[in-house]
Amino acid sequence: MATIVPESRSKRRQVSLAEVLIERAIQVTGLSAVLLVILIFVFLLREGVPAFFQVPISSLLMTRWYPIEDYFGLLPLIAGSLIVTGGAAIISLPLGIATAIFIAEIVPDWTREILKPLVEVLAGIPSVVIGFMGMLVITPLFRTALNIPTGLTAFTGMVLLAWMVLPTVVSVVEDVLDTVPKTYRDAGLALGLTHWQTISRIILPAGKSGILTAFMLGIGRAIGETMTVMMVTGNAPRLPKSPLDIFMPVRTMTATIAAEMGEVAQGGTHYHVLFAVGLALFVITFVVNLAAAAVVFRSTQRAERMLS
Amino acid sequence: MVNLALAWAERYQDVRPDVAIAVTGGGSGTGIASLINGTVSVANASRSIKAEEIENARANGIDPVEFVVARDAIAVIVHPSNPIDHLTLQQISDIYSGKLTNWQELGGEDRPIVRLSRETNSGTHVYFLETVVRLGQKDNNTFFSADTLLLPSSEGIGAEVRQNPNAIGYDGLGYVTDDMKTIAVGLTAEGPFWLPSIETVNSGDYTVARDLYMYTAGVPTDSVAEYLDWIHRAEAQAIVRELGFVPIQE
Repeated sequence: MATIVPESRSKRRQVSLAEVLIERAIQVTGLSAVLLVILIFVFLLREGVPAFFQVPISSLLMTRWYPIEDYFGLLPLIAGSLIVTGGAAIISLPLGIATAIFIAEIVPDWTREILKPLVEVLAGIPSVVIGFMGMLVITPLFRTALNIPTGLTAFTGMVLLAWMVLPTVVSVVEDVLDTVPKTYRDAGLALGLTHWQTISRIILPAGKSGILTAFMLGIGRAIGETMTVMMVTGNAPRLPKSPLDIFMPVRTMTATIAAEMGEVAQGGTHYHVLFAVGLALFVITFVVNLAAAAVVFRSTQRAERMLS
Repeated sequence: MVNLALAWAERYQDVRPDVAIAVTGGGSGTGIASLINGTVSVANASRSIKAEEIENARANGIDPVEFVVARDAIAVIVHPSNPIDHLTLQQISDIYSGKLTNWQELGGEDRPIVRLSRETNSGTHVYFLETVVRLGQKDNNTFFSADTLLLPSSEGIGAEVRQNPNAIGYDGLGYVTDDMKTIAVGLTAEGPFWLPSIETVNSGDYTVARDLYMYTAGVPTDSVAEYLDWIHRAEAQAIVRELGFVPIQE
């Protein structure tokens, strides 16, 4: 094989210059994506790291965030982001996976042709529209239904984010279930399993890595979402103390950057701290993605071992 | 305040088509910084110039001159069903600092108080902090309670006050609509209490009001002087009223 490839490639090069150009172009685009991520990271480091020299670490770990008087406690913001994102994941995953199973495995083809595009339309709704709806419709509803002081809470943010993440999860999981070979289903049914047993014991485990990818993509989307959470979570930088505090307002990292970056003096302490918040967000998403990649890698390895 | 500056500049085109005025936003600090750098002829500001800014300007060979061009009243607003209709400045401060947490403590219904505020980057937030929460005392270190909801827009505050009987908020008088209730503010528990209006602001009875300024580099001459003169006239002050700000007395 190794001896044949260079020969055929050299032949092709004589035939078509266009092909070489296209190959190069694809190479450049591929590399530029990596380069962009690196550049963003370098930029975040350059603007964010000075914060750690200007503000002592002990101050960054305080619980008060009030930047106009130089209180830069990041804990309430990090907690806010994690709570809202985690809640959105917990709500959207089971729903998304169930919807995907329903669309891919249960309904007849014609229903599927209607449902799938509908779910994808959901993905196209701008976040500001969802936020506005949340502010005017969901917020009063939750306040009266749950009998809480205000509807602008972490919980409202979770529900709306879950709603926004849902199409991503459904599409990815549905695509994954689609790629599970038909022979697996046939084999399951031939062994005398019921439809549900085939789904839960054969198809879902076969698509495990894809479902994990959907999970990570969903979390990535949720943690980076800004507009909706800024409009419905109340933005109060308070540190949650009990699980019931999900029914209290929170302030997320993204909303903080969005709300404050516009008026901040460039090069000042507050400016650098906001970039440090961005850096923290970047690191969190990076770790989430890395963890996902590691798990997917390990499970593919195991699958290959089993098949060989 | 940028809305007001834009409206003036637009109307002035009809008065003096030969004078071109370009308005850009960005906050009071941005405007004054541009004046110090000499890139603008007039800086609009919703706060007065700081001592250090005057120093910087002088170091740059610029002597800022102050003009009060309009006033802005900050109204304290609650849900229309809230039985409370007047509060002292001290009570409002105690609400926002977190000392008072239930409307019952103020003679209202047994409901938790939900505090709404503009974001910290808003000039209105800073003004409210200094004048109301800290009662205008320089050495007062009271903070907004950490539970205070910081909403990014006036519309956010309006939407919540309209539908939530627990809420209390504040905003420029121009943003107050009929479907919310404005609180009358007094200095002592005995009263008198005043609702914000053009009359009570100009008479000095309603105290939660601030001046809006224009700063020029040195005593203005030529077209800038004419423009400032026009702004103080009735025609320009009518625009102030239209936009919900308080016109200054002639």
